[in-house]
Amino acid sequence: MSIRLRLILALVLATGLVWLSAFLWIETSTRGKVEQVLDARLAESARMVSSLLTNRRIDVADAAAFSRALPDRGGYSRQLSCQIWSLSGELIGRSSGAPSMRLTQASEAGYSYSEIDGERWRVYAVVNERIGARIMVGDSVEVRDRLVRDVVGGLLLPAAIVLPVLAVVIFLSVTRGLAPLDRLARTLRMRQPTDFSSLPAGPAPAELRPVRDALNNLFARVARTREMERDFTAFAAHELKTPLAGLKTQAQIARIAKDDTTRETALCDIETSVARTDRLVRQLLELTAVEGAQLPEQRVELSSVVSDVASELNRLAEDREISIRIVPSEADRLPLPRILLHAAIRNLVENAVLAAPAGSDVQIHTACDPQFCIIEIVDRGTGIPDDIRRRVPQRFLRGGTGTGSGLGLAIVAVAMERLGGSLTFPDAARGQVVRLTLPRHSRRSPDG
Amino acid sequence: MRILIVEDDPVLLNGLTVGLRLSGFSPEAVASLADAATAMDSDEFRAVVLDIGLPDGSGLDFLATLRRAGDARPVVLLTARDQVADRITGLDTGADDYVGKPFDLHELAARLRALLRRGEGRAQPSIEWNGLVVYPETMSGKRDGGTIRFAAREFALLQHLLERPTAIRSKAELEERLYGWNEEIESNAVEVHVHKLRAKLGARFIETVRGVGYRLAEEDAG
Repeated sequence: MSIRLRLILALVLATGLVWLSAFLWIETSTRGKVEQVLDARLAESARMVSSLLTNRRIDVADAAAFSRALPDRGGYSRQLSCQIWSLSGELIGRSSGAPSMRLTQASEAGYSYSEIDGERWRVYAVVNERIGARIMVGDSVEVRDRLVRDVVGGLLLPAAIVLPVLAVVIFLSVTRGLAPLDRLARTLRMRQPTDFSSLPAGPAPAELRPVRDALNNLFARVARTREMERDFTAFAAHELKTPLAGLKTQAQIARIAKDDTTRETALCDIETSVARTDRLVRQLLELTAVEGAQLPEQRVELSSVVSDVASELNRLAEDREISIRIVPSEADRLPLPRILLHAAIRNLVENAVLAAPAGSDVQIHTACDPQFCIIEIVDRGTGIPDDIRRRVPQRFLRGGTGTGSGLGLAIVAVAMERLGGSLTFPDAARGQVVRLTLPRHSRRSPDG
Repeated sequence: MRILIVEDDPVLLNGLTVGLRLSGFSPEAVASLADAATAMDSDEFRAVVLDIGLPDGSGLDFLATLRRAGDARPVVLLTARDQVADRITGLDTGADDYVGKPFDLHELAARLRALLRRGEGRAQPSIEWNGLVVYPETMSGKRDGGTIRFAAREFALLQHLLERPTAIRSKAELEERLYGWNEEIESNAVEVHVHKLRAKLGARFIETVRGVGYRLAEEDAG
């Protein structure tokens, strides 16, 4: 159901209810007042007849006719009915139109209701001891009801005219009130799918401002994601095409080379290039994995991840005459997804192995306190240049050596972000140090 | 012919160096824009093969700087980004040609030859001197109906002499033009190549100017 329809229905219903209760209230109060006035008139008429009789100003027969002379308002043609009874119970006289039945059986004076021939009456009785007569003046209840109905009906007519007008006013107000929403919807509908610019800034109702801000936020996020994807594609294309170009060139050299040395060198280069391309593809996939998928809640043993990484990189290290040394602490479990921790440590150790001079060693230190686990990777290489360190969170950054794709540190940075940990480069005399600090209690971001 | 290659991927850099040398050029390779700028300070190099994505900046910026400084030497851009828009940007920045990775080594060599030819104001691919027609694309020559094949270094030397046939080229200059910075040069390397060329072209084709260097003999008027 649209907001417009909902609002209109609610307003019409509420207005209707207000009108209905007002009507009921007026009806009740009018009925009360009318009763009061007419009762007073009954009593007055009865007392008037009684006093006229007492003073002998009229005789009984005339007295009964008196009530006919009472003011008769438009439409309410049934006059008051008057009966004069002797105290012994004989009908002495009655006004014309008055029923022949006794108006009320009540013996005492005062107001009462009675029913004669299926018609309800309101009766006031007066006992005149001096002349020994009981005077009863009665009013038809039906006439009274009609009077009340007419009064209330008079109120209903304007209501019947005003309500549709009110409905139109409500409709127009709602439409006008919802106009900013319509405008927003139209703006959104007309946007190009590739348009991620912010919505027009102009003034907006307070209710819509959070929506607009949230949308702008979303647009910015989507734009950023797309930009990152574009960067990623461009990067992947460049990074994969360069080794391909190298491979093709070397293959052509191997074919046209006239001497064995040149051919042999070319073939060696081809092998190197294939190994590097393989690493690059693995890192691209790793980055996608580290950034992407939902990760299971799990606890990993830090030492097992470290020894896995060391055994995976053993071949590479041996080729470069480097030994990987693990300086273990007691086995510690961390509430982290294994894939993230593994990717982070592996890339750092791999970088260290590639950077370390032949014959040196790469050390992996782990240490935990109740709050954090710290993993330090130490090598004897020349270290990461300062400008690279500063730009570590940027993806697709290349070190100056030309051997790395620049993805390694980006993967570590992304993994640390998702793990709630940090990547730092503490200065230490014992060599080049890269430090990971990981929380021991899960503090992962909600989307992690 | 000295060519500067600016490329940071070591395998590709090595491939370009060896490949262009096999095609008769005398390439020199650098891996950063800083080194490239130093190399371009001299007029040693006749053309540049320039990668766009380099560790210390964009090859396009480097190219723009070269052109602003009035450097008119041919530049071939080498890049993985070879969409039409990228090519247009590259060419409009001042590149003379644009080669997308991965490329064919022979094609790159051919494009370099074409650029150098144009740079010398020639349109014909072959060079003629003293009855010898030289074909750079095959590193061969023709005279009196017979085909003569040259080795890469011999050809490079011959080509350098052919650029300004009657000018005298010193041994040091020829060494510089034939060999890279880090190559070991035998002390009599130039003499050896001249000797081999004379064996193929006749003793009088290249003249020795005692104490100065070498030049090609004047064309026979008849």
